Amino acid sequence: MDVPVLKQGPFLIATIQAALNDADLNKLRRSLVEQVGRHRSRGVIVDVTSLDVLDSFAARTLRDIAHMTGFRGAETVIVGIHPDLAFAMVQLGLTLEGVATALDLEEGLAYLNERTRRLGATRPLPSTRAGAGRPASVAPRPGWPLAVTRPPFVLPREEPRERRRAKPAPEGADPETRRDLP
Amino acid sequence: MRSDADVVIARQRGREIASLLGFSASDLALIATAISELARNIVLYAGSGEIEIGHVEQMERRGIEIVARDQGPGIRNIPQAMRDGFSTSGGLGLGLPGVKRLMDEFEIESRPGRGTTVTVRRWTR
Repeated sequence: MDVPVLKQGPFLIATIQAALNDADLNKLRRSLVEQVGRHRSRGVIVDVTSLDVLDSFAARTLRDIAHMTGFRGAETVIVGIHPDLAFAMVQLGLTLEGVATALDLEEGLAYLNERTRRLGATRPLPSTRAGAGRPASVAPRPGWPLAVTRPPFVLPREEPRERRRAKPAPEGADPETRRDLP
Repeated sequence: MRSDADVVIARQRGREIASLLGFSASDLALIATAISELARNIVLYAGSGEIEIGHVEQMERRGIEIVARDQGPGIRNIPQAMRDGFSTSGGLGLGLPGVKRLMDEFEIESRPGRGTTVTVRRWTR
């Protein structure tokens, strides 16, 4: 059974709709890690509201998803863990250590919006990084790859780009790549 | 029990039976989770086996009994397997002690090379 993944602006929302077996969970993990790159997503929400069992394998997979998307630059938040499941998970001894959780989809979106607000809607393209904070040795120069001087595509939204530019860069840090990792 | 798809079927059946026996929604989650863990142990360690779910009555009280049986490699050191944090499959290492906490009664019988039988019970409150 496939889990539908919805693209919502800079976020991906995966809504688990039925009992998933281990293979389905592995497929979801692979799919989300891949889609974070394809859609240049900043955050992932995994909605488990409809799940009636969250056992050790499911908990481990959710943790894997969070850590793997984290390595790809997107934060994952798990939303909608039913109170009965929370109770069972604690009895079983399961933890979601290092993984963000929120009560429901609304709270999850609010959390991700807050976390990614200053980063803008999409990831910066290589060309927008040139300039402040970049060491002189890698500054754009004649013969630099084409993508640096002429981006192959443009940012879909102008507004967040302005906001990024307006922010002064701290000494020695690239303002576009600076992110708070959990 | 042969594959991870059977794990899902087993816990769904268990939930249905427990619901018929009058367990609360919160208990249903505990029971389904316990079955999921036991079933996965079978698939993971023994390859195949069986899960038997039935109801038990004992002096005025009613409950559910789950027997997970396999003819797999067995468990050499049961006290070690019952310790939190011990696992041989690179899993989470909380299979059996976790299941014990989810249920009211827990029995394990295992002979190396012959297989393992885990019996758990939970009573309606």
